[in-house]
Amino acid sequence: MSDMDDMDDGSGIIKKFMFLNRKAPHGTVYALEGLEVVLITAAFDQDVSLVFTDDGVFQLMKGIDSKGIEVKDFSKTYRALEGYDIEKLYVDQASMDARGLTEDDLIVDVTVLSVDEMANLMAEQDVVISF
Amino acid sequence: MLHIVNKSAAERSSLESCLRMATKGSAVLLIEDAVYAATTGNAAAAKIQAAAADLKIYALGPDLAARGMAARVLDGVNVVDYGGFVDLVAEHSNCQSWL
Repeated sequence: MSDMDDMDDGSGIIKKFMFLNRKAPHGTVYALEGLEVVLITAAFDQDVSLVFTDDGVFQLMKGIDSKGIEVKDFSKTYRALEGYDIEKLYVDQASMDARGLTEDDLIVDVTVLSVDEMANLMAEQDVVISF
Repeated sequence: MLHIVNKSAAERSSLESCLRMATKGSAVLLIEDAVYAATTGNAAAAKIQAAAADLKIYALGPDLAARGMAARVLDGVNVVDYGGFVDLVAEHSNCQSWL
């Protein structure tokens, strides 16, 4: 056995990561960049929760057609997350209400949380990364 | 005067500032993330509808479509394409972008 094998390199430790998305999809680059980081994180077998609040809920809208503004439509990528074992998607009820949205308007299945549930979910994370 | 707003009313105060300053008969064009304010059920929709009594409200169609909002536009809001955007700029003697 080599020295390398004796060292604790931290592999095997699973932390709770929350990615908190608060921005609308195209007006800034945050939504796309956040999604890229989530996909990278998927390679590390961590306990990932993806949360959408405020204008972030707009990232999950059905029927996005971005040809007219000549930018990539990355909304369909959210549907591929399941294939990367990222299955915990949450949206904030109050943010949905303030925008006239229901779960039927969204491109993926999500769990809708009240503000208290969202606050508890955030509090129990090891790491929160905000976009 | 043509007023142009490009930020979400949920994030910035630019729409509110614009509506406060815009004089009767002026035009307000919503682009980029500002288009959400002109959609049904949005918290800013009431402000837009109230403003539409004195102002002409426009929203950029390609930005609505890119956000999945093309079918949710408020009554009284005129949807324009990029050609319409150019026409609005040309028709008005001056414009203000609320950055």
